[in-house]
Amino acid sequence: MRRPLNKVNFLLCGVGGQGTILASDVLALVGVQAGYDAKKAEVHGMAQRGGSVTSHVRWAEKVTSPLTALGEVDMLIAFEKLEALRYIEFLRPGGTVLANDHKIIPITVTSGGAHYPDNDRLRALLAEVTENVLWLDGIAIAEELGSVRGANVVLLGALSALLEVPESTWLEVIEQRVPERFAELNRNAFRRGRAATSR
Amino acid sequence: MKVLLSANEAVARGAWEAGVAVASAYPGTPSTEILEALARYPDVYAEWAPNEKVAMDVAIGAAYAGRRALTCMKHVGLNVAADAFFYASMTGAEAGLVFVSADDPEMHSSQNEQDNRRYAKFARVPCLEPADSQEAKDLVGVALELSEQFDTPVMLRLTTRLSHTDTLVELGERVARPPTVDKYPRNPAKYVMVPGHARQRHPIIEERISQVANFAETFPHNRIEWGQRDLGIVTCGIAYQYAKEVFPEASVLQLGMSYPLPRRMVLDFAAQVDRLIVLEELDPFLEEEIRLMGAYVYSGPEPYTGSKSIFPLTGELEPGVVREAAIAADLLPASAAAPVIRPQKGELPSRPPVLCPGCPHRGVFVVLGRSRLPVQGDIGCYTLGLLPPLSSIHTCGCMGAGIGVAHGADMAGDEERHVAVIGDSTFFHTGMPALLNVVYNRGKSITVIMDNRSTAMTGHQDNPSTGRTLQEQETVKIEFEPLVRALGVEEVHTVDAYDLKGVREAFKACREHDGPAVLITRRACALLPKVRRTWLPLRIDPQKCVACWSCIRTGCPALRKSEEIYETNNRQKAEIDPLLCTGCEV
Repeated sequence: MRRPLNKVNFLLCGVGGQGTILASDVLALVGVQAGYDAKKAEVHGMAQRGGSVTSHVRWAEKVTSPLTALGEVDMLIAFEKLEALRYIEFLRPGGTVLANDHKIIPITVTSGGAHYPDNDRLRALLAEVTENVLWLDGIAIAEELGSVRGANVVLLGALSALLEVPESTWLEVIEQRVPERFAELNRNAFRRGRAATSR
Repeated sequence: MKVLLSANEAVARGAWEAGVAVASAYPGTPSTEILEALARYPDVYAEWAPNEKVAMDVAIGAAYAGRRALTCMKHVGLNVAADAFFYASMTGAEAGLVFVSADDPEMHSSQNEQDNRRYAKFARVPCLEPADSQEAKDLVGVALELSEQFDTPVMLRLTTRLSHTDTLVELGERVARPPTVDKYPRNPAKYVMVPGHARQRHPIIEERISQVANFAETFPHNRIEWGQRDLGIVTCGIAYQYAKEVFPEASVLQLGMSYPLPRRMVLDFAAQVDRLIVLEELDPFLEEEIRLMGAYVYSGPEPYTGSKSIFPLTGELEPGVVREAAIAADLLPASAAAPVIRPQKGELPSRPPVLCPGCPHRGVFVVLGRSRLPVQGDIGCYTLGLLPPLSSIHTCGCMGAGIGVAHGADMAGDEERHVAVIGDSTFFHTGMPALLNVVYNRGKSITVIMDNRSTAMTGHQDNPSTGRTLQEQETVKIEFEPLVRALGVEEVHTVDAYDLKGVREAFKACREHDGPAVLITRRACALLPKVRRTWLPLRIDPQKCVACWSCIRTGCPALRKSEEIYETNNRQKAEIDPLLCTGCEV
């Protein structure tokens, strides 16, 4: 299969328990199906529930480093908005942010003294790095379809419309990775997300 | 057929393909998944041992019996297993024996970031290092062959960014291996390390490693990729990938065997490039060996200080760090750096991993925190008792350390009553001798065994308290109260960890007892499948909430401040996130 682009560097970020690992698994497999060499790097073992989590995924003819350096990520996919801000320096100036418009309050805010940045400030800071910020209400869409747990797949759908890999490739990979009984839910979540960012 | 595998999964596959018959390990990030994956293959015996030393002895025993064997551990796990590591080198075995050390540069989940290549040199054991998952798989078979050819255990070294990175791997088929002996060896001169025998063995292992060094000169996984001759880079492990990423034009010598080094190959390579540098993570291990050979290693525009050249000594590498260091050393122009925009974010709220909603340890830490006593922590989920607002542990060094530290402070005459906390799996690991020590040497410290019926932090592995083995066989379920009484402790209390009042009263009884005491707080981890099924979120009645915040002060992630204000004290009332609450009622 002919690769659409030379290379793409992705960084996925979110909060432990949001499904970033499944999303990065799918993204890596889709890259391989699309004819790229792909690598996926994450850190687990601290049972990251509630902690900040990131995954690097890289597509290229030949991937060497599994990690992408600051300023070299093409697409930052954020499952939670504070995390989008936390990792924004990784993004190439002018690169694309796909952000789930969702707020999970960290423990340091609830019982520490820290403050969660307000929306205007958050958006202004992201805008310093790039104008290309796509917001998605993944939770609302997933809820409509029957389960908030589908939000990560909604985001994958939205991402898919920004890349030139056939929809069927994405759906095949997703079906392989999710339990049979959730296949229909995930397909719907994916399609709704894709529709949200299709031009 | 190519599939995406992590190096951990690839090592498991490689072990299975190479006919490994026995594998034993103790969970430890980033190595844990190796044995989890290997256990699912047919025709392999795989077990969780209580600690890494026992696991290594088990692998050694299997290799003595002529079957290929493997053990794996995180870097500090080799500290625990070190005694076994050294005698295994002295004796050799009857079949291939591989020790996988998965180091953790950057301490993603460890108490330090030691470079275990040094152990290989220390014990005269060859060390192989893959740079991706395919090499990880291939090097298991290579390690086993090397082990059998030279009669030596072999270390296979991974790091977190290999263990937990998926790359494409071509799968192979299993080659079954019959035992290499008909009968367990009766060869005390080789296997019984009394001084008389050991003295004969030492020169043998020195000669052996020098033969391996000779073999290294033509070892296919020590390979040169010729590029421009102005810069030559010697590298190993994941650093190879950063060398290719940051210096795509340079000549690269990739050492698949990072100890012993192929002296002639290295000096030859050095002679054919204008500048020689070493690109490695953590210790200047290769650099020291190369300098000892008499080669000149470029260290940047400043004179060499005797430490590590150019690249950072601490933390993990990644392309940005490597590029920055290269620019500072005049190896790359400043323009090589990618433009980075750093908005002025100020201090963003951090998001550390926390005790889960419903964690049975939370309430116990609330009680311990209120006692204001010094609490020695240990390694496991309960280490998170460190974090505010609980802030309930004051030391934590390594597995099983807390009880000994508490006893030491006690016997030194420190005025306060000392407490140690330890989990079920950690107690089996190295806590038992420490508790025995408290009793035997007449100490008075209080030990809290936080029994959540799982080796939770590393992913809920089975251990002797769960009644199940790694390969899903039913087995004994060790109970702590009889065990602790057998170790000589008379004052023992077992309480439900969710029963705060019970915990408080039992802890008080321990304090009032003039002697060593053990408090066992029991309640299964909230994330275990059988517990998840019982989750029932609670709700706060806003009419009754007086915004005292004692629930918020437990630090439970399911609790948050609502929009509603309680007028009497002008504070936000509390509310519960139904997506997170498990209904523990603590």
